[in-house]
Amino acid sequence: MAFKPCSRAARLTAAIFFSLLLSGVMQGQSAGQVLTVTVPPQLSGARNSVLAAPISVQLRKGYHVNSNAPDDEYLIPLALSWDAAPLELEQIIYPKASQAKFSFSEKMLSVYAGTFEILSRFRVPASAPAGQRVISGKLRYQACNDTMCLPPRTVEVRLPVEIRPN
Amino acid sequence: MLVNPKAAALLCVSFCFCLFAAACSRSSSRGVESESAAVKPAGERRLAPDFTLKDSNGHPVKLSDYRGKVVLLNFWATWCGPCQIEIPWFIEFEKSHKDQGFAVLGVSMDEEGWEVVRPFAERMGVNYRILLGTETVAQQYGGVDSLPTTFLVDREGRIAAAHVGLTDRKEFEDGIQALLAGR
Repeated sequence: MAFKPCSRAARLTAAIFFSLLLSGVMQGQSAGQVLTVTVPPQLSGARNSVLAAPISVQLRKGYHVNSNAPDDEYLIPLALSWDAAPLELEQIIYPKASQAKFSFSEKMLSVYAGTFEILSRFRVPASAPAGQRVISGKLRYQACNDTMCLPPRTVEVRLPVEIRPN
Repeated sequence: MLVNPKAAALLCVSFCFCLFAAACSRSSSRGVESESAAVKPAGERRLAPDFTLKDSNGHPVKLSDYRGKVVLLNFWATWCGPCQIEIPWFIEFEKSHKDQGFAVLGVSMDEEGWEVVRPFAERMGVNYRILLGTETVAQQYGGVDSLPTTFLVDREGRIAAAHVGLTDRKEFEDGIQALLAGR
């Protein structure tokens, strides 16, 4: 069976069809997901060194998450945790929170919005085996906008690490 | 410009299909948001999915037990700020309309359960029945992706209105009054 070359109209139809279909798929993927995380492509360090991993967090416009130290015991804090082995987690530094007032709250709330960075510092132990590793972390958050809240979610974070011999 | 009629027809059909698919995708991703916020005419209401959930005393509570009453069914959580604005309204509704055949049911979606829900409800002075929600019940009600989500159920057990997000108090009041009046 021989294939005829597509007409211009047919090609146009296909382009419209797939672009609309793709936009629908992307919209479906983003429904309910208001936070994205960007990690460095790779950390690299020698034994006995300290590695700093800046984790960038982007929130959809209009949404906020509670800071890592919210003022109310019932609010769910933003929390990053690591399963760092063979590295040793030294410190997690959260950014300074904003104090913001929302229509649903009589008092100011301690929140993060927009794009912000969480810095994790790891020590490479002297006994760490040299080579490539991937360490994993979890970022738990609970997001709201001015009129509604989404359930708490946990995002898996994977961070490639290269441990160099001294 | 000459256009092949077959290709033009195909273009039209594809475009209509894409618009339809995009509309379907939007409404499904928004879940219960596609429900009308205002009280629907009786003929357009669908039966509220029945469920059995436990209250703070461990007693099973069925929604269908409330048949004959107007029910405000509120999905909420302790960590939900907008929910805390509505709860005092619901306390007042329960107080002022209870004798007219009205009840509020608060379905908590807290994963931690009664350990957090009980003290929170005491702090807020909740006077209506609180139930612990499950994912299954949430799915029956369209996923309940956003809180608060509130349904007004008429005396025949049908969903008359759905509200997603913090809603104007008057909208609730008007809906309850209309349903109590049998509209």
